[in-house]
Amino acid sequence: MTNKVKVAIIGPGNIGTDLLMKAMRSEFVEPVWMVGVDADSPGLARAQELGLKTTSEGVDGMLPTMKDDGVKICFDATSAYVHAENSRKVNEQGAVMIDLTPAAIGPFCVPPVNLTEAVNSRAMNVNMVTCGGQATIPMVAAVSRVQGVSYGEIVATVSSKSAGPGTRKNIDEFTRTTASGIEKVGGAQSGKAIIVINPAEPPLIMRDTVHCLTVDEPNQEAITKSVHEMLAEVQKYVPGYTLKNGPVFDGKRVSIYLEVEGLGDFLPKYAGNLDIMTAAGLRTAEMYAEEILSGSFVPNAA
Amino acid sequence: MDLSGKKITLHDMCLRDGMHPKRHQISVEEMVTIAKAMDEAGIPLIEVTHGDGLGGASVNYGFPAASDEEYLTAVCKEMKNTKVSALLLPGIGTVDHLKMAVDCGISTIRVATHCTEADVSEQHLTMATQYPGLDTVGFLMMAHMIGPEELVQQLKLMEDFGANCVYITDSAGYMLPDHVTERVALARAELKPETELGFHGHHNMAMGIANSLAAVEAGATRIDGSLAGLGAGAGNTPLEVFIAVCDRMGVETGVDLFKAMDIAEDLIVPMMDHMVRVDRDSLTLGWAGVYSSFLLFAKRSAEKYGLSSRDILVELGRRRTVGGQEDMIEDLALDMAREKGTI
Repeated sequence: MTNKVKVAIIGPGNIGTDLLMKAMRSEFVEPVWMVGVDADSPGLARAQELGLKTTSEGVDGMLPTMKDDGVKICFDATSAYVHAENSRKVNEQGAVMIDLTPAAIGPFCVPPVNLTEAVNSRAMNVNMVTCGGQATIPMVAAVSRVQGVSYGEIVATVSSKSAGPGTRKNIDEFTRTTASGIEKVGGAQSGKAIIVINPAEPPLIMRDTVHCLTVDEPNQEAITKSVHEMLAEVQKYVPGYTLKNGPVFDGKRVSIYLEVEGLGDFLPKYAGNLDIMTAAGLRTAEMYAEEILSGSFVPNAA
Repeated sequence: MDLSGKKITLHDMCLRDGMHPKRHQISVEEMVTIAKAMDEAGIPLIEVTHGDGLGGASVNYGFPAASDEEYLTAVCKEMKNTKVSALLLPGIGTVDHLKMAVDCGISTIRVATHCTEADVSEQHLTMATQYPGLDTVGFLMMAHMIGPEELVQQLKLMEDFGANCVYITDSAGYMLPDHVTERVALARAELKPETELGFHGHHNMAMGIANSLAAVEAGATRIDGSLAGLGAGAGNTPLEVFIAVCDRMGVETGVDLFKAMDIAEDLIVPMMDHMVRVDRDSLTLGWAGVYSSFLLFAKRSAEKYGLSSRDILVELGRRRTVGGQEDMIEDLALDMAREKGTI
């Protein structure tokens, strides 16, 4: 396909650079801009070498020409604090914003659960929840689509090296946003999220545990089948997403033990937590891109 | 060892760390009764929350008999002299829990992270300093896992975020007195002189008293323990024993020894579901350097899947698991059981 939708990445850090690597392989999108705030950023230099336009003036540096450059989709891989402003600015230029920060001003999107819904709603801002949310909410949904889940809880364990300064400075955003996603997208009546950071060397691969309490006795066979189907869905864009153990049934408790190994594009393979975010963000963009390319969706200034 | 004339603050853990061996089922009434007796005995500070701190109520760590808010409200309003603290582990609890606990009447907040991850406490320590007079404590868990220099760098971060007291926490009961001495002494030399130092021990290698004395000698002025040792693993430093030792050594604690003994004997021991003591499994925690609250989880998984709890604990130590990874235990037990052919 020669016709691709042009996209911009805001934030040339680890996430933004990994996203760039993945986006360059895409059949549906073509990265044309990398936006940073630090002229010495190695991420900006790398993007420039790869032929992208770059600026160290933040989003303002891209705004004057982004429309002419054909940018229809932007990814924000900066921080929750600056996201709202970034989003407003690019929306005004008629570009959809895919939010990889935990700002959560737009509807949540967890691709295997509600991507179609998010795209069909033509939202100009969609939020990718959190890394822990992307890894676990599909499994909460896999249980809740079989029967009612009164409580969903997830424990995400990530290696120290994969927990960046943004996550560390504002770890409460992770727990709040993930818990909210467990309810709104996962379908649990109430949600709780726990994150544990482990400094072991060599770094551990991201681990996630999902505990659901079902309203009635769990239908073991149906839940097991649903979990395996969901696993296959996630593996389509994160091949290293594996079911280590479970589902384990204990009364009304259903526990699912997962491991998430990344593709190792720019980030190391153990950082499955970051990989699943960039992969989910890209998958969301590609689905928007297909709609844009087919002419069924024309992003408009909000 | 000459400690005579030193003054220290004792901090009882029965109603927080003691929640672990009680599977978080201590009732509000039991908490109030015990707290009032501790107030009467002159214990200056007691900790009250779920065993895993504010917001610990979960499938992963266990649902408590009452909420943190119910426990804290009930205990705080009954205290005449004793102050109440709450523990908060970022990643489990949030600043919303911190605000709630302050509203309930706590005077000390302790923000706990794994020993290498102090930077995740910035948000919570910074918020705590905005409450005038709130005693703000940073608490570095599993402090045996890194050397003194690295540990002190992490303690300094907590000091920078606004902690007026920082703790070296032997969550696994792994440390020997020399480990405590070198860590506390370096911290004392490197941190601001006005920053208080604390030590929190576990008795898994029966080193609770010896380690606490080493900490006091090296400059710690706050010592955690629990009456009758009610705490995770083989329990915390048995506080009535430590009070007696301090008394003999001329260390001032301000606590009435006989009243403390009576609480241990008459209130705490009868409440135990099992004798909290050094036994095969709790000793394994200390020897292998494993987070003490893993004990009952390992026992339950061992029973469910036909394994040895000691084998599970040793493997958890080998994998360098950290506090909060209780979910690893069933996952690991399933792997071990499959290998062994018991499932």
